[in-house]
Amino acid sequence: MDMNAYLSMFIDESNDHLQSLNENLLRLESDPEELSIVQSIFRSAHTLKGMSATMGFEDLAALTHEMENVLDLVRNSKLKMDSFIFDTLFKGLDALEAMVQDIVAGGTGKADVTSIVASLQVILKSDYSASKAAQAPAATAGNAGAAPSNASGAMQLDEFQSSILQQSIESGHNVYHVQVTIRDNCLLKAVRAYMVFDLLERNGEVIKSDPSVQDIEQEKFDFSFSVFTISSLTQEELQGQISNISEIEAVVVTVLDVESLAILSNPSAANAVETSKATSETAVRAEAVREVEAGKGQTAAAAAPAVQAAPANVSRTIRVDIERLDMLMNLFSELLIDRVRLEQLSSEIKRTDLTETVEHMARVSSDLQSIVLKLRMVPVDSVFNRFPRMIRDLAKSLDKKIDLVITGADTELDRTVIDEIGDPLVHLLRNSVDHGIETVEERLAAGKPETGTIYLRAFHSGNHVFIEVEEDGRGINHERVLKTAIKNGVVTEEQAKQLTPDEVNMLIFAAGFSTADKISDISGRGVGLDVVKSKITSLGGNVTIDSAFGRGTKFSVQLPLTLSIISAMLIKLGSEKYAIPLSSIVETGIIRKEQILHVHGNKMIKFRNAIIPLVSLSRVLESPDFNENEEQETEIVVVRKGEKWAAVMVDEFIGQSEIVLKSLGTYLTNIEAISGATILGDGYVALIIDPSALIK
Amino acid sequence: MGEELKVIVFALGNEEYGIEVDKVRTIERLSPITRVPKTAAFIKGVINLRGIVVPVIDLRGRFNLSETTATENSRIIVVAVADMEVGFIVDSANDVIDIDTDSIDIPPEIVGGIKAKYLRGIAKLGEGRLLIMLNLSEVLNKNEIIQLEQLEV
Repeated sequence: MDMNAYLSMFIDESNDHLQSLNENLLRLESDPEELSIVQSIFRSAHTLKGMSATMGFEDLAALTHEMENVLDLVRNSKLKMDSFIFDTLFKGLDALEAMVQDIVAGGTGKADVTSIVASLQVILKSDYSASKAAQAPAATAGNAGAAPSNASGAMQLDEFQSSILQQSIESGHNVYHVQVTIRDNCLLKAVRAYMVFDLLERNGEVIKSDPSVQDIEQEKFDFSFSVFTISSLTQEELQGQISNISEIEAVVVTVLDVESLAILSNPSAANAVETSKATSETAVRAEAVREVEAGKGQTAAAAAPAVQAAPANVSRTIRVDIERLDMLMNLFSELLIDRVRLEQLSSEIKRTDLTETVEHMARVSSDLQSIVLKLRMVPVDSVFNRFPRMIRDLAKSLDKKIDLVITGADTELDRTVIDEIGDPLVHLLRNSVDHGIETVEERLAAGKPETGTIYLRAFHSGNHVFIEVEEDGRGINHERVLKTAIKNGVVTEEQAKQLTPDEVNMLIFAAGFSTADKISDISGRGVGLDVVKSKITSLGGNVTIDSAFGRGTKFSVQLPLTLSIISAMLIKLGSEKYAIPLSSIVETGIIRKEQILHVHGNKMIKFRNAIIPLVSLSRVLESPDFNENEEQETEIVVVRKGEKWAAVMVDEFIGQSEIVLKSLGTYLTNIEAISGATILGDGYVALIIDPSALIK
Repeated sequence: MGEELKVIVFALGNEEYGIEVDKVRTIERLSPITRVPKTAAFIKGVINLRGIVVPVIDLRGRFNLSETTATENSRIIVVAVADMEVGFIVDSANDVIDIDTDSIDIPPEIVGGIKAKYLRGIAKLGEGRLLIMLNLSEVLNKNEIIQLEQLEV
């Protein structure tokens, strides 16, 4: 079987499971008594183990297996969670994530996990509580119970499998041992076997198969195999349905009860059963088990009696290649252009029925536009979901107590923005934890609750999405900010005196600025916040600060909804049309020839009490049929690049418009002052000017 | 007998040229071209090809042939080579024919003023008709464009 075909699915699902493991462990940490959380952690870990074993990532499977063993004890109340166990489990998760990342990068997913495995085994055995005498006696009791752990070498069913089966029997589900023999003239026995598995998995869950699913898929079996399964079907139904699969020679379905199960899971008694039909098996091997989380209802209930707490709001989704969405977007913009043409034609022809049809089409296509744009939208949750864990770790390493409150995680943003926004947010949050929130002593001394709170909010407003990071920490100390800014040469003392409080706040975004007294590995390298600002600006966004000294700080990040459609000013240069992104335009205006100043041969104009350079767009773009020198009055667009401004002379303003960004393709690259192209309503291509290239 | 090869035949001046059919995306009538500043003279600009922005080059200019004004017969042949899509302006695109790969000869050093490295070979079609097969990856060689641009400056 070609595993590559399943690799991307494996990676996606592994990431999902790792994420839910992370989230649930965090929840469990705040509520260690809640066993239903342990159940869902256990299920995620278990599925992950099964998947990795199937895909042949042995290290991944081995580590998950050890974690699962610990969780199993917790689940059965034989072990109490404490901070050591949490830390070890979190470390294990990190290792798992690293391995999955390695697989994503094309590696084999191999990693040295011995130290983590060792500490997990320490937890499993009683050494852990012995070495930590202060532990609650409950833990020791639990460990004693766990002592006969994995001697699974010759066992038919390992401890975990038999416990699942046992629980299922106890909760009244049908557990069967099924022995299937395929006709010896069958050519594609793996296919027939697959059909059997498919049937079983549709109606329940396969707990164990012999030979392993892997071997069966690779046809490494003689003409018979056997499985342990939990099924919703009765014995007769199961027998009948399997026999209906063609080329199946014989099926023997045996109902298992607690007693027969006990015999099966007990190695010494295993021989005794060999006579019975159910287990007339050949040599038993201990193999990786493949679990399939089939249809939510029955199987989940069978595997875990405590599922009632499982989150129910699962939305029905499919995964789509982003390229297809881009294609859809292209086709749609084509349609838009035709629509504009049709509208023009119908207004010329003036026939009511034609006009009505075109109007209807316009309405439908604008609905379609909003849907097509929505398809590219992803909830910010996909970025936010890693933050609780990060804050927990940071707070722990800094010995602070911090709650992270996330709201609006379902707010949607364009995928391209989502991909870029993660790092800046990490910086802002780290900054809040490190510089914002005080230590417990400081907080108590300031009369604040000892646990600090960081609010991470996302919400829509107009054509923008706002993401806010707010904490109730110490706030920005203006005096210290100014002192550092002057010391680091960001501003002069004279300038400093004239700054408004807001401007002082913005100084912390200046390059080379850092107020941390000592450098920690979390922030304070002086590269943090200016990177945040430039990244957000490059996404067409904006960041502002609101701070009250002693009471906390709020960072507010404003982002455009999408990067594929931007607002732009369309201008004319002789016969040619160009677009200038609105985000970099400060102002538009008209100047007369006599207002132009000449400084060292360069043209400058006076603008808002400053002298700014005047750029000839027709010269930069080598315009064939426009020369502003022939005009008495020239329209100008004042653009900015960071703090620098420049006035760009154009021929005529056409107006503001929403434009769809298109690339010029791979043949034309690095064209000076041009950042891309767009298609106008009349079907013509207009180039998009990169204003920052006009400012030297 | 060699393999059969389907080629699109187009004309530049008096010569006939061929491009393999599987490299040709589409053949279009001339549509308005948006000039792209600061590019080599033979890069005429970009067109809107059903929602995709495609650069267009004048093949005459590319081969240093004298440029002529567009006529009713002028066409843009859009080719796709190694994830690049580029349109060629040609005098006319006439025909699709099958040729035998055996009938393609190695070209002499210069054919009709075009350097041999842009050519894949010359196919004899009978009745004294010759078809010049283009080597598209050389025609679209970006390094050479950069060199050409430097020469112009």
